[in-house]
Amino acid sequence: MTTVYRKSAALQDRELHYCPGCSHGIIHKLVAESMEELGATDTAVLVCPVGCSVFAGHYLACDAVEAAHGRAPAVATGIKRTHPDQLVVTYQGDGDLASIGAAEIVHAAMRGEKFTTIFINNAIFGMTGGQMAPTTLLGQRATTAPKGRQKELHGSPIRMAEMLSTLDGLAYAERVCVTDIPHLNKAKKAIKKAFELQMAGVGFTFVEVLSACPTNWGMAPLEANKWLMENMAAYYPLGVIKEVQA
Amino acid sequence: MEKELWKGNEAIAEAAVRAGVNCFFGYPITPQNEIPEYMSARLPEVGGVFVQSESELAAINMVYGASSAGMRAMTSSSSPGVSLKQEGISYMAGAELPGVIVNVMRGGPGLGTIQPSQCDYFQATRGGGNGDYRTIVLAPCNIQEAVDMTQEAFDLADLYRTPVVVLADGMIGQMMEPIVWHDVPKRELPPKDWAANGRRGRDHNNFITSLRMDAPDCEEHNRALQRKYDLITEKEVRWEELDTEDCEILITAYGTPARIATSAIEELRAKGVKAGLFRPKTVWPFPSKRLAEIAAQPSLKAILVVEMSMGQMVEDVQLATKCVKPIGFHGRPGGMFPSVEGIMEQAEKLLKEVQ
Amino acid sequence: MKKQIIISGFGGQGVMSIGKSLVEAAVSEGMHATWVPSYGPEMRGGTANCSVVLSEEPVGSPVFTYPTELIAMNLPSLLKFEPNVVPGGIIFVNSSIIAEKVQRTDVKAVYVPCDTIANELGNAKVSNMVMLGAYIAATKALKVETIQQMLVHMFTGPKAKLVDLNMKALARGAECLEG
Repeated sequence: MTTVYRKSAALQDRELHYCPGCSHGIIHKLVAESMEELGATDTAVLVCPVGCSVFAGHYLACDAVEAAHGRAPAVATGIKRTHPDQLVVTYQGDGDLASIGAAEIVHAAMRGEKFTTIFINNAIFGMTGGQMAPTTLLGQRATTAPKGRQKELHGSPIRMAEMLSTLDGLAYAERVCVTDIPHLNKAKKAIKKAFELQMAGVGFTFVEVLSACPTNWGMAPLEANKWLMENMAAYYPLGVIKEVQA
Repeated sequence: MEKELWKGNEAIAEAAVRAGVNCFFGYPITPQNEIPEYMSARLPEVGGVFVQSESELAAINMVYGASSAGMRAMTSSSSPGVSLKQEGISYMAGAELPGVIVNVMRGGPGLGTIQPSQCDYFQATRGGGNGDYRTIVLAPCNIQEAVDMTQEAFDLADLYRTPVVVLADGMIGQMMEPIVWHDVPKRELPPKDWAANGRRGRDHNNFITSLRMDAPDCEEHNRALQRKYDLITEKEVRWEELDTEDCEILITAYGTPARIATSAIEELRAKGVKAGLFRPKTVWPFPSKRLAEIAAQPSLKAILVVEMSMGQMVEDVQLATKCVKPIGFHGRPGGMFPSVEGIMEQAEKLLKEVQ
Repeated sequence: MKKQIIISGFGGQGVMSIGKSLVEAAVSEGMHATWVPSYGPEMRGGTANCSVVLSEEPVGSPVFTYPTELIAMNLPSLLKFEPNVVPGGIIFVNSSIIAEKVQRTDVKAVYVPCDTIANELGNAKVSNMVMLGAYIAATKALKVETIQQMLVHMFTGPKAKLVDLNMKALARGAECLEG
């Protein structure tokens, strides 16, 4: 018998709690596969956020630490500085990273902390029920912006990958999405590359994944993917934003 | 052993190094700046890690991360900064992570003053952050004790998997006096097999978290924490007594005011006033049992609580003694010290009132 | 023997280091000692002071209301602390910049032209050592040899030439007591 597909050994045998059409499951898989392929599962530490992926440590098979809301980059700093040879990854949503944890991510990037951040940008607070995020698009409705996000009232959405790329400590930033197989393959390559650059000690590495939240967007999964490509990808351009050669 | 002259803050930092601290994370705030300054130079010499964080919030969460990965981690700050750290301390208590937090207290509320105070007693002894938890709180009254307690704090933290607070004040941090470096008794410590520092062949992953979504599970976690706190209360409570056998007035104080009170007691005794001192060395757990015994002594007429605050520990004294004797309070808040003369005057006044 | 000393002056006059020298010398003579600084923004430009206790017994309170000696390096210090000195105590006045005299008659006043002597010695920075020399000569609280040994330990290598300067400053301060 030929094995055509197997679940990554860096994933635990557990059913995911994510909603239908949510991007988290796919991204977990890509992180797990990258870890496994680099032979890092046994030494990696994943730092989980507060948000929908708060249970990521129950899904990934590597050791994990659950951080307070937004503090994953500080927690990861504590781990990586004392364990420089290990792969350390933070996995954070947009509320966690771009709102309450804005200071922590900026300063980790500024210091060039040698860990990788996987930034899940779905333009909404998922777990708490669809409130406005710093990355919510203009006009996009949220439970705390019932008439949609307005520039005068809420400001324009924040482009984290570009902003962090202004810092010398950031070695690599790429924005990807997982809406179809070609994009998914690119996302996988980006994540794996970020891990490799981390292990090479180049600096802080950052992969922003534009993600779908069909539940809070009020859309069917396919419709959500289409909306993502047409609206989010238009405001948050896909591709490599910065890359420093190792 | 030779006496060496040390500044309090620097001595605390060196004590942590001698206790094997692996890493220090902190943010500048007066009057504790000598601790991060000392660490920034000293830790690299011993292969340790120093990071000046972007905020106190980040500092305590770096402690959380390093501790999660099995390191001996520490941070220090002063009152307003320690308020910011409460988030991380609560998460550490919830996730049962060891760590040492030094608070060189200054006057508040808000920005207050940079002068010494004890106004964070409630915050330190009642948990401080959200949730049902306590931290061990060690309260040194001089630099020697600050040094000894800091070293011991790491063992206590590791033994009970809990944050330990060294509650000093600006006076202890800023003053200089001679100390002796002696070996602090070491505890037998369990291996940190819970740490998230890579599986390395372990058959399961370690996941450090304070999250217990399932309510019955969270209730059981709280009960388990309480059993731990009960054990700490049984085993780790500490205090010091001076002239308590025959005293008519018991001065109860911790930290710098207790030290000032020893001079007041000496002078009161010289005047024929039978004064004694009860000094909690752990303010959580509070030495309630022993204090209640002294309060019940027939010779004792009154208790005078002296604090550099408007009255915080006095509530623990009331709880411990069930107010079986009159309790007076003398407080100097906002960065002021009680004076020897002030304590004597209050003690004599209180004795006169109860007679 | 128990000394409770307040040393006070402008930031930059070396008041903190007078206190530290006293404590360091006392410790090396086997005594108990504490040094408590006033700290904060006032240390830059304003008046700064430190409280020192030297004692044969362990030090209880390191802070006190009534000093046995006051070292006033500037006028605000003299005005602030003169009333608190214990009767029979000593007030040391830096007479180079303080024209006023000690008003109290129940204390001893020692006038030391610290800055004038330091300038004569060619280095304004040693004015605090002049005062230290006067303090030790007047109180005999410590042995001058202890301070001299400390100076030898403190100034080594290229700074060794400062030993002689500081020794001279100590001696000139002590001479002020002879007049």
